[in-house]
Amino acid sequence: MPSTLPETELHNPQTAKTPLDPHLKALENEAIHIFREVAAEFDKPVMLYSVGKDSSVLLHLARKAFYPGRVPFPLLHVNTGWKFAEMIAFRNDIVKKYDLDFIEHINPRGKAENVTPFTHGSALFTDIMKTEGLRQALDAGGFDAAFGGARRDEEASRAKERIYSFRTPEHRWDPRAQRPELWNVYNGMIRKGESVRAFPLSNWTEVDIWRYIQVEDIPLVPLYYAKERPYIERDGMMILAEDPRLELLPGETIQHGSIRFRTLGDFPLTGAIPSQATNLEEVIAELEIATVSERQGRAIDRDQSGSMEKKKREGYF
Amino acid sequence: MTVSATAQATEVTTGTVTAFPAVEPTRAVRDTRPLRLITCGSVDDGKSTLIGRLLWDTKAVKEDQAATLRRDSGKQNDLGLPDFALLLDGLQAEREQGITIDVAYRYFATDKRSFIVADTPGHEQYTRNMATGASTADLAVLLVDARTGLLEQTRRHATIASLMGIKQFVLAVNKFDLVGYDRARFEQITHEFRELAISLGVRQITAIPMSALKGENVVYDGKASMPWYEGQTLVEVLELATVRSAQTVGFRLPVQRVSRPGESFRGYQGTVAGGSVKPGDSVVILPSGMVANVTKIITFDLVRNAAVSGDAITLVLDRQVDVSRGDMIVSLESQPQVGLDFEAHLVALQSEGIQPGRRYWLKSGSRRQRVTANPFSQLDLKTGNWHQRTGVLAMNGIGKVHLSFDENAVFDAYEHNRTTGAFILIDPDTNNTVAGGMITAKRSSVTGLRSDETRVVLSLPADLADQLMATELFSRRRDETDLLRMTASEASQIFEDAAGGI
Repeated sequence: MPSTLPETELHNPQTAKTPLDPHLKALENEAIHIFREVAAEFDKPVMLYSVGKDSSVLLHLARKAFYPGRVPFPLLHVNTGWKFAEMIAFRNDIVKKYDLDFIEHINPRGKAENVTPFTHGSALFTDIMKTEGLRQALDAGGFDAAFGGARRDEEASRAKERIYSFRTPEHRWDPRAQRPELWNVYNGMIRKGESVRAFPLSNWTEVDIWRYIQVEDIPLVPLYYAKERPYIERDGMMILAEDPRLELLPGETIQHGSIRFRTLGDFPLTGAIPSQATNLEEVIAELEIATVSERQGRAIDRDQSGSMEKKKREGYF
Repeated sequence: MTVSATAQATEVTTGTVTAFPAVEPTRAVRDTRPLRLITCGSVDDGKSTLIGRLLWDTKAVKEDQAATLRRDSGKQNDLGLPDFALLLDGLQAEREQGITIDVAYRYFATDKRSFIVADTPGHEQYTRNMATGASTADLAVLLVDARTGLLEQTRRHATIASLMGIKQFVLAVNKFDLVGYDRARFEQITHEFRELAISLGVRQITAIPMSALKGENVVYDGKASMPWYEGQTLVEVLELATVRSAQTVGFRLPVQRVSRPGESFRGYQGTVAGGSVKPGDSVVILPSGMVANVTKIITFDLVRNAAVSGDAITLVLDRQVDVSRGDMIVSLESQPQVGLDFEAHLVALQSEGIQPGRRYWLKSGSRRQRVTANPFSQLDLKTGNWHQRTGVLAMNGIGKVHLSFDENAVFDAYEHNRTTGAFILIDPDTNNTVAGGMITAKRSSVTGLRSDETRVVLSLPADLADQLMATELFSRRRDETDLLRMTASEASQIFEDAAGGI
């Protein structure tokens, strides 16, 4: 049997691009290895796709890992109903462009009970719409492995997480009973109902993500680049003021300025930063002299130290 | 990070630095792979302070993280710096107990290179965590307190690190300010350590006098306090260290999955675990022993004309052969060992230990198969000596075991290849990872043969032997043969001894 690439698959889009430096190449190789290992070992994997920059890199690596085949698992977006509008438009384009299997889930209980970040507070809102929503979606799909874009440099409890992170049938993470992980030999043995969260980007840092996006020319939601946008200041955060559901409190006024986002999530909970960086080079330049970590704009991490660990134990990513 | 920061260092030693080190934009040029290192030391050797100092002085700690630190610690040390340990111990239990209970990974970078630190606990009962951290490390930083010098724990850590295949060591003689920057003290500790390292067969050692607390000889130099020290800072040593590579010359591709996007295409996907490959090369599929030629090496970006160790690729062969996940595609001329019996070093990771005769799952690369492990020797970490001992290998114990497989297994010796010589054992009842192992040798297949079978022992020039072994006939019966490589004089000695014995 002749082994040839299908004609239509023989695309060679980026031969002229700058080759990856050995540092990024090593990270890319490791991530591809993890993707292939999980896809081969588990019955029903899924990839969590949050539309952000880490998810965009994760998706790019998945396409590389399985080329010339399709990505052999669906993408799952756990929506809260409060994402930036530009994120949803971008997401729909990507799914179509890359011919991906796609699942969207919004917690029906949260929707029915009208859970919002304004009425329930960020902690409860996140718990219901994200953590509970994720558990519902994973149970409904019967997924035994879920890829996520988490990185160990993001937060202290993440620094201790394995690349294959074991979860009980209730999706719980027990940081004290993690399986040892030696070399690049991953233990994917689980019982029925148990699952694994797999993190191909574990060893990437924020700078790596941005440099990879630059070299690989990965499309991103435009909110990552600075532009004149309307915003309000609330609790020390700059909140984008585009969505009609945002009600101004006494004393708040809509301001305009050149702002961008370092991370993307729910618009009422994700703060912007003032910036003039309108393209990737400028974003990276800003980043390399930045003195504040990227999660600083995230309301959910600020409740208390160790709040991420608590959420993760309960099934949050 | 080129260090001409005497001013910075002086500032630090005067204890006035509470602000961030000066922020200067750096253009990251990463012309090397990230260096992976492990830090080991006893509980009070200042390991957390050292890592905190590395992160701090390379600007890997951001302001909001520092603010959280200050808020959480409520106290600062006498240099006005936050308690670095809180930066590192991320789990609630660790904060509550004030100890590190698990391996954590830290990231920092200079303008020359980036680094991944496996931060492991110092307590004796956490040998298993250290082994885990050491499994991927290129280099080990061993901390000692300048006042106490080498401890039993130092030997323990050095032994584990060297067993796990680490060849480069840095001895960080910390808290050097507390011995008055005494040069003689430094030389005494360094001398003791060299003797230890030599006994372990480790040759690449750099000793550095340092004060992690004051930031001397970590990122910035300590010339103000130790003008006599002409050597490198820790970061300079790390920037120049080499990353481990698969030492074997032979091509190795453990097959992770078979890609069949269409009827006409079949590709074998995996990460090259040693050697290199190019179109036209002849390869053998193990354990079946079938031979084929490589026609294409495919990646997303381009069809490549070669792939080397570390590359994640898709390989296309010239004929239809039976290849599935768990098989290994290897070069014809330099093949790994195939057999039912191997010997290995084992680190027991769970409280049940390793039970003789019990059947475990063994996973190596992408291959998983049943095995029994019978311990026959155990390492005394206090003395570094091996003792004959059968029976259960208890948690945190390091032993030598016989591995017996139901079906042929494929390995290189760990000292030749840290990927194809490494494996984990999985308990079939709990599914937990219970041991990490390193193949030392294939057990002589001669023992499994009838003793009256006629055998021929040949001594050949290496190039002739390689050509013979590259033939299809030899390759098919490879596991009936034994091979030892040695110098001509060693070989002639063996023949002389054998002739004398008969």
